[in-house]
Amino acid sequence: MTALLEVRDLQVAFTRRREPDTVAVDGVSFDVAPGQVVGLVGESGCGKSVTSLAIMRLLPARGVRVSGSVRMDGTDLLTLSGSEMRARRGRDLSMVFQDPLSSLNPVIPIGLQVTEVLRRHRGMAGDKARQAAAELLERVGIPDPRRRLDSYPHQLSGGMRQRALIAIALACQPRLLIADEPTTALDVTIQAQILGLLSELVRETGAALIMITHDLGVVAGLCEAVNVLYGGRIVERAQRHRLFATPRHPYTHGLLRSIPRLDAPPGEELEAIRGSVVDNLPWAHACAFAPRCPRAIETCTEVTPVAETSGGRLLRCHNPVPANAE
Amino acid sequence: MLRFVLRRLVQVIPTLLLLSLLVFAWLRSLPGGPASAFLGDRATPQRIAELNRILGLDQPVLVQYWRFLVRVASGDFGTSTITGEPVLAEIGRALPATIELSLAALVIAVVLGIPLGYVAAQYRGRPLDVTTVIGTLIGVAVPVFFLGYLLKSVFAVQLGWFPPSGRQAVDVDATNVTGFAVLDGFLTQEWDASLDALSHLVLPAVALATIPLAVIVRITRASVLDVLGSDFVRTANSKGLSPSTVRGRHVLRNALLPVSTTIGLQVGLLLAGAVLTEKVFVWGGIGTLLAGAIEQRDYPRLQALLLLGALVYVLVNLLVDLSYAIIDPRVRLS
Repeated sequence: MTALLEVRDLQVAFTRRREPDTVAVDGVSFDVAPGQVVGLVGESGCGKSVTSLAIMRLLPARGVRVSGSVRMDGTDLLTLSGSEMRARRGRDLSMVFQDPLSSLNPVIPIGLQVTEVLRRHRGMAGDKARQAAAELLERVGIPDPRRRLDSYPHQLSGGMRQRALIAIALACQPRLLIADEPTTALDVTIQAQILGLLSELVRETGAALIMITHDLGVVAGLCEAVNVLYGGRIVERAQRHRLFATPRHPYTHGLLRSIPRLDAPPGEELEAIRGSVVDNLPWAHACAFAPRCPRAIETCTEVTPVAETSGGRLLRCHNPVPANAE
Repeated sequence: MLRFVLRRLVQVIPTLLLLSLLVFAWLRSLPGGPASAFLGDRATPQRIAELNRILGLDQPVLVQYWRFLVRVASGDFGTSTITGEPVLAEIGRALPATIELSLAALVIAVVLGIPLGYVAAQYRGRPLDVTTVIGTLIGVAVPVFFLGYLLKSVFAVQLGWFPPSGRQAVDVDATNVTGFAVLDGFLTQEWDASLDALSHLVLPAVALATIPLAVIVRITRASVLDVLGSDFVRTANSKGLSPSTVRGRHVLRNALLPVSTTIGLQVGLLLAGAVLTEKVFVWGGIGTLLAGAIEQRDYPRLQALLLLGALVYVLVNLLVDLSYAIIDPRVRLS
């Protein structure tokens, strides 16, 4: 199957005068097939949000250097002009953001925030756009959608706001949807509803979904392929069930071990990954995860591990967890 | 909405009452008084005492205040100790001049200030922005009277583009309808009178507009920068909207909230600035009345003017609150 989106060697660096660049994303490559749900997983600061913003080209123009390529239908999005990119944004690819309250304009009714994207890309106007917007709100499960068109974001609950944002993102039936931690700001019960809604909608519309999250539970319920990011690089990639069954990278392994389990014996301590993400990326002549890695060997602090693919799994590690462990 | 406005208007009454007491007490605690100012060199203790008795100033302050309140309740603010004319008539004659000047200054400040602030924010850190920010610093720092004389000497005296002072040339035959010189020309279709009044208005309005302009530019710039970095602007961009739609619909509307508060506050300061500007350009408005009243310790006129200033301030802030409710749906007027 040919890929809908091909991200190749994506690098994003934040530049500051008289200071060394901060590399946030360091050579990330992955594919998304049409209709596929792909997870980008990692803890805060691993570069997952920056990756998504780079794909959407929503990073500020100044102070940011993006290189590599992001091909969609064979066109490199990174080389498009501003207006060419705007013509695609919201139509071919769109995005659902993390915090639904701050992501909606507080002084404009929900209806206008939905219709403006229809008017922009579908050429709809007036009552027709309103009607379409009401249908969209209904489809994402907002009750009494006609009346809600005139509501302002602060008059909606958190879950309803996120539904409205999803309606906006799906308004023009994009073929790629990027969801950046869409459930982080919501209650647990609402999280489940929103995730259910997202997976239902992408199945219905046939859109591909890049799910960005730090929550492996979200990945387990939704994604087919999973990319685990650490320090701006993909350290492991595999099909979901294989990744959960046999995590090979010590980082993935640690992430899975740190999830509390219902079937664990009472009193068992939860494992945690030591330390926290460091700001600058020490990938040069070392593995960035080495300082926190329980399996680190001498090579890990001397040689940068390269990504090796075997059997549909990508792994960037000198001393992976044995495949038969666990 | 209407109930909100009415309630706010009712709240104005206790505010003004308290303020009137403060003004009353403050004026009488100043050294000297209308009698000594009026008599000047001819002042003797006997004459001052006699004049004070005639003016009612020999009474205890509380008695004076009570009498003042009773008269004000019937719309009588007393007569000026300088001219002997009813204070309200004086103010009524001078008010259009000051409103015209302040309004012109406000229009200049808002119409130039908001776009300038916006553009500066968009070009943050680049030469255009840096120039604007430095310009606003100078604008805030230069005293109004200094700038007034500077403008006058360059554009009126040396270049001769604008008249140096006054509201209208003496040889222009203008009919007085409302007291607003520019408006009157329109109403009576005496275009030459309008044009002449307008040319008189330019320099003082520019001088008076400088500080509010600089303040509005700075607030707009800061506010736009704040909004540009917000999540909903990112959402708007993720929809592929045109830059002009993002600017007008998403950025500007949110950025204007703090600006509207600032504009309200600046109106109050415009009245203060008008005193100096009117002095420099011999404008003959409220500022001129006020300056004269302070020099001559004209209690009735001062009391009326200070209360008028407070009233304007309160009303403008009411307008600001109303504009908030229009711009921001989260603000409920209740």
